[in-house]
Amino acid sequence: MPRETIAQFQIERLEILTPQGEVDAELLPALSDSQFLKLYELLQLTRIADGRALSLQREGRLGTFPSSLGQEASQVGSAFALTAKDWVFPSFRELGVFLSLEYPLSQYYRYWAGDERGMLCPAEMNIFPINIAVGTHLLHAAGVAMGAQYRADPVVAVPYLGDGGTSKGDFHEALNIAGLYRLPLVAICQNNQWAISVSRKSQTATETLAQKVVAFGIKGIQVDGNDVLAVYQATREALDRARNGGGATFIECDTYRMADHTTADDARRYRDSTELESWRDRDPLLRMRRFLEQRGLWDEAEQAALEQTQQQQVDQAVSEAEAMPAPTAEEMFRYTCHELSSRQQEQLKECSDGSP
Amino acid sequence: MAVLNLVQAINQGLQQALAEDDRVLVFGEDVAANGGVFRVTEGLHEQFGETRVFDTPLAESGIVGLAIGLSAYGLRPVAEIQFLGFAYSAIEQIYTHAARIRTRSRGRFSCPLVIRTPYGGGVKAPELHEESSEAFFCHMPGIKVVVPSTPSNAKGLLLAAIQDPDPVIYLEPTRLYRLIKEEVAEEPYLTPLGKARIAQAGDQLTIIAWGSMLERSLRAARNYPAEVIDLLTLSPFDRETILASVQKTGRLLIVQEAPKTGGFGAELAATVAEEGIMSLRAPIMRVTGYDVIPPLPLLADYNLPSEERIVNGIEELLRY
Repeated sequence: MPRETIAQFQIERLEILTPQGEVDAELLPALSDSQFLKLYELLQLTRIADGRALSLQREGRLGTFPSSLGQEASQVGSAFALTAKDWVFPSFRELGVFLSLEYPLSQYYRYWAGDERGMLCPAEMNIFPINIAVGTHLLHAAGVAMGAQYRADPVVAVPYLGDGGTSKGDFHEALNIAGLYRLPLVAICQNNQWAISVSRKSQTATETLAQKVVAFGIKGIQVDGNDVLAVYQATREALDRARNGGGATFIECDTYRMADHTTADDARRYRDSTELESWRDRDPLLRMRRFLEQRGLWDEAEQAALEQTQQQQVDQAVSEAEAMPAPTAEEMFRYTCHELSSRQQEQLKECSDGSP
Repeated sequence: MAVLNLVQAINQGLQQALAEDDRVLVFGEDVAANGGVFRVTEGLHEQFGETRVFDTPLAESGIVGLAIGLSAYGLRPVAEIQFLGFAYSAIEQIYTHAARIRTRSRGRFSCPLVIRTPYGGGVKAPELHEESSEAFFCHMPGIKVVVPSTPSNAKGLLLAAIQDPDPVIYLEPTRLYRLIKEEVAEEPYLTPLGKARIAQAGDQLTIIAWGSMLERSLRAARNYPAEVIDLLTLSPFDRETILASVQKTGRLLIVQEAPKTGGFGAELAATVAEEGIMSLRAPIMRVTGYDVIPPLPLLADYNLPSEERIVNGIEELLRY
């Protein structure tokens, strides 16, 4: 036969929790009630900490800040499935990931206040510093995954990216490599529909982002990114597969950036408000709260108590962040290399002698 | 001691690094079964197997990005980029990440990696196979740039680069690969980074060169009272050796095959102008490639500084 179909593929989408908080019992992840509650607490904490960052920015106490509003489930659901030893490669909009991994919130704020010390990752976790150059960090995850494979170390490398990142060359090089060497890597893509002002449909002609990775011989799946249980379940399955030699997975979390790109952006210039409004009903917190209420795990009083506790927690983080002494000029030099050159030593002296 | 050429000396260095330290991994395009297009990695795949010495996809950014992840994880990757002209697609990884991860993570993560790549002209190769763009990398704080010039320093510098805690670009002068042979000590040894070498002693003129131009400068200077400095490490470069020599000779000639404007020679000239001008009795002179796109082989000899051009420079400076 001169013409025949020689390859075909299918892309799966996973949804567990409806916007009304109902679940498909068959698909419900094997989590305890306290874990369901923990997921909700993390969603709520992310929203409160994110809102506080926006206020701090308006008061001039933080620099430009990218809000995670609306994307909490994609961040929390995926990070909740990780172990402390897994390596995480964040992009710049992953507050919920940092909080789920118990990264100090004070440091996160400090970073966005313009202090690089905010990215000094505590020794007990492996979180790479925030990556600004879109999509380039997937390769570092591939390198760590290859190192882990070489050492038979059961950790997984988990890069976070957005819809725009799937247009970058390094995205393709990294996932091609991940497929080729069957690396333990799980890429979490928050398709929030907008790369600053360029919509998902103007970004790429592909029907789903998940199918982009079929060409690399790795599994791609789309999940409802506002469904924390679906994101958790898909990540959990992908991590298990990666740890068992099954190779890499790409998870497209279908979500929505409810905020501007950053505090320096005004999305009203390019985005229709009816689209924004249409996503309000799919709020990731609301549906998880409804789920907990239907299971008898949550009520108004508990909600009020949680909000109060978390506000205090965030207050404390802000106080700690703002109590840190300013970085010194010496710190600007110290980490360029393990030992400063004679010229750098002279420059440091010159710099320290002068005023900033 | 065996007599080795540059290819064999680097090969021996890689072999010894792989044997000594299981953190060392060697990879790149065509480095495994093929042994590299210049045979620098010949036999290593057979000896150390697929997990230590392996081929990658044809993706230079990917090769460097992998090395960054591997090194941050705690390994010692030695990545090959087939020709320097193909490293351009990896410059983002080098400058945006390899150079900065120590800074960005406040020392929690670092990138002890080596990127080896053949560079420079004079081998009659196609476009982008004869680039001399070392100055790019010298303008990146956080990156070290090393250029060997003989088989013995090639081996020692390679082993030092692999042990160095920071990213090192190791540029192999293609024209010298099989041009020079010399005795190379069998056991592993380190040639320290950041230190220049006096390749010829003299007291009337200082010549600074590196890589393939060092060999040519030595031939040009053999009948002159010139002190020839083999820079070996471009970043960080050995200011002390340069300034001490210029103080003695009062004349400075810089030889580089890269285009003149913005080349690394400009940094050396500026440094001597800032810190050693009082000992000069003649203008600083540069003999360089021209400010042109590196030409294909039929025009290459016009561009690459010749022995004659270097001799003319020496004669002119000695007239002061």
